Amino acid sequence: MTPLSQLLPGQFGKLASLNPERGVDQRLMALGLLPGMVLKLIRRAPLGDPLAIEFGGQVVSLRLAEAENLIVDVSADCPIQRPRQP
Amino acid sequence: MSTPDAGLLVALVGNPNTGKSTLFNALTGLRQRVGNYPGVTVARKSGTCDLGDGQKVELVDLPGLYSLAAASPDEQVVIDALSGNIAGDRRPDAVVLVVDSTNLLRNLFLASQVAELGRPVVIVLNQADVAKEQGLRIDTELLSRRLGGVPVVMSSAWKGEGILDVRRAIASAVANQTPMKRVAWPTNIAAALTDVATAAAADTGKPVTEAEGQRLLFDTNPSTADRLGWTLAQRDKTLRSARDRVRNSGYNPMAAEPLVHYAHLRIVLEGVVTEGAGKAGRSAAVDRLLLHRFLGPVLFLGIMLGFFGSVFWLAKFPMEWIQFGVDALKGVVAPQLEAYPMLQSLLADGIIGGVGAFLVFLPQILILFLFIGILEDSGYMARAAFIMDRLFSWCGLNGKSFVPLLSGFACAIPSLLSTRTIEDPKARLATAFVVPFMSCSARFPIYALMCAAFIGPLYGPGWQSVVMIGMHCVGLFFAVPTAFVLTRLVLKVKPHPFVLELPRYQMPKPRDVLWRMWQNAAEFVSKAGTVIFAITIIVWALSYFPRDASVAERIKASNPTAAEEVVKAKVQAAYVEQSYMGRFGKAVQPIFDPLGFDWKITVGVLASFPAREVIVSTLGVTYSVGEGAKADGQHLRKAMQDAKWSEGPRAGAPIFSLAAVLALMVFFALCSQCGPTIATLAQETGGWKWAAGSFVYMTALAWLAGTAVYQVVIRLT
Ligand SMILES: Nc1nc2c(ncn2[C@@H]2O[C@H](COP(=O)(O)OP(=O)(O)O)[C@@H](O)[C@H]2O)c(=O)[nH]1
Ligand SMILES: [Mg+2]
Repeated sequence: MTPLSQLLPGQFGKLASLNPERGVDQRLMALGLLPGMVLKLIRRAPLGDPLAIEFGGQVVSLRLAEAENLIVDVSADCPIQRPRQP
Repeated sequence: MSTPDAGLLVALVGNPNTGKSTLFNALTGLRQRVGNYPGVTVARKSGTCDLGDGQKVELVDLPGLYSLAAASPDEQVVIDALSGNIAGDRRPDAVVLVVDSTNLLRNLFLASQVAELGRPVVIVLNQADVAKEQGLRIDTELLSRRLGGVPVVMSSAWKGEGILDVRRAIASAVANQTPMKRVAWPTNIAAALTDVATAAAADTGKPVTEAEGQRLLFDTNPSTADRLGWTLAQRDKTLRSARDRVRNSGYNPMAAEPLVHYAHLRIVLEGVVTEGAGKAGRSAAVDRLLLHRFLGPVLFLGIMLGFFGSVFWLAKFPMEWIQFGVDALKGVVAPQLEAYPMLQSLLADGIIGGVGAFLVFLPQILILFLFIGILEDSGYMARAAFIMDRLFSWCGLNGKSFVPLLSGFACAIPSLLSTRTIEDPKARLATAFVVPFMSCSARFPIYALMCAAFIGPLYGPGWQSVVMIGMHCVGLFFAVPTAFVLTRLVLKVKPHPFVLELPRYQMPKPRDVLWRMWQNAAEFVSKAGTVIFAITIIVWALSYFPRDASVAERIKASNPTAAEEVVKAKVQAAYVEQSYMGRFGKAVQPIFDPLGFDWKITVGVLASFPAREVIVSTLGVTYSVGEGAKADGQHLRKAMQDAKWSEGPRAGAPIFSLAAVLALMVFFALCSQCGPTIATLAQETGGWKWAAGSFVYMTALAWLAGTAVYQVVIRLT
């Protein structure tokens, strides 16, 4: 279980839980970012923030501060590419 | 807002970028009206749509949104418009949901929420061409059946394909009034919803619909409760226990609504879309280049510099032609009216000059609108926001502030209009507030004049460029802290998460881009044009009257041998000196004394409040070289270089010392001297409060900074 903000570019994860009371945007949920959704971190912006993630056939950008509230399961049964070693 | 023909009303609703506006244009043609929703800055665009059988309905194009959970003013308007809660507006008789065919699940979430309102619905699967290209096959009949028999049609709005089907589908929805199938709420949530609606109705004495009950239960935002007048004290306990009930049934109350809808839609969409062979989108590959860690910013800079650099370059020629035309017109009109000097001056200097000064900027404005349109339609605008967000987030703005601020270096007006794309109301307001600080091209003439007359000759071309660049940064230097203070201390609103869809790249369609450019420009000319026209006439009158013939005679008598041209310029200067504007300038000169301005500069400053670029021609008049003065004109430069203080403690010293020159430029960099900008700011922020605040703040800041520069530099030199 890791916050989405710590995923590496190219890494997949399955959204385990979100913490809407801690201010996860209702818009992210409206876009379909709900528990069980498989997502992929595509890249970070050149300055490190925000992030671009892909889920449900769309690419969405969100800030690190919001990504910290999203807990993803990287070991779940979703396709995982080998993370690049930092 | 009601229309003369109080017939049927149909609303277009959908996610952003699905093609609502394109479809709207295709359905209504050129018969469109643009108004405003009362109290908010959201435009109400409506038109007449023929349903194909001679029946006509009024169609409104509502702002794009992802969810009915109201977060921004735009979203609130859609909810209010759909529920018939807007004063003077009817509740729509049918709702057309415009859907992106390539992402049905996410788009139908909004549709499913709208279904809760119980209005007849038409589902339009737009961008069918892209779906086809990607090999997606959509069974519209199956989808229609699953949604309870509402019409489902496919269209490619920008190719004009499927438009007739849309017309027919609207006709059938209006005739049959078929509602869309609603979600089945789990028992406990349904019970909680009933509790909330019942309690709200009992407390407020108003009827509360099911859809309103959902907004009350699911939204953190209290706008629905506020509108019903359901106070916090009244609702707190009810909502708390209702949300506990939802939680006990295994749903997080804040996520229950999307969870239930999405689960429902997954079942609805089962087997509706089949993926065949097709080309995957190329957006990912393009992004690998354009959002690359090192190449991305380089390409970004290149694109922005290329685009905005060419605004100046492309606009230069039409601007020269317009200037030429205006001068030529003056040259034709003025001699005809030699016998009526007042009418001559009103027409030539007031009306033609004033309107000309305004028209000269039109090419830049048009090209800016064009470029902003290209950036938006291609999908690069969202990438620009993605790249730049980090640089703006710390001062409360966001990545979407970048393009408005950059365009502000050409002209504030299109930039203010382009702040509409910023969803976060706080960031939008703060961006609009600091846009006028950007050094727009109307400031260029005064910088050019001062640099060419003083900085260049005294310190060389190197320093001239340094000062030129420096002046373009002064506004930026003050804008950033202003935004910071505004968003942190003044607008104490909860920070709005910056969630942004990166849409697929697409080739912009020239017709669409040009049409939007035209609409924006027409709006600008009709709104700002009237304001500046009125102000121009007022300033003209103030500097023309009173006009006693004895003034001219005295000048002529005291300069018997001077050439006619020289006498004419002197007479003009004398008239301005004793006009209301001149007297006022002399009276308030002490206010500008700390900046080192004499009364002539003061008059120039005062006359420039409606439009700052008139400073050069006003200085031309007050320094007696005639009003044909140009920034590169020899005469005005010479007259200013020779100008000395005639009295007071500075008597004998040059008026245009380095200190005064720099103070004057800094003053112009910061001062709020543009009527159309103020008018546009008022329009975009929904009232005169922010516009007045901007005027007072910028003008005070300009005075303070000008004073600081003058007082420091005069002591150092
Ligand atoms: N490929 C394709 N693009 C479309 C279609 N309809 C609109 N667009 C494009 O999609 C973008 C968004 O369109 P717009 O009407 O502004 O969407 P709105 O935000 O929903 O009003 C524009 O670039 C349009 O040119 C369509 O049928 N097919
Ligand atoms: Mg639109």
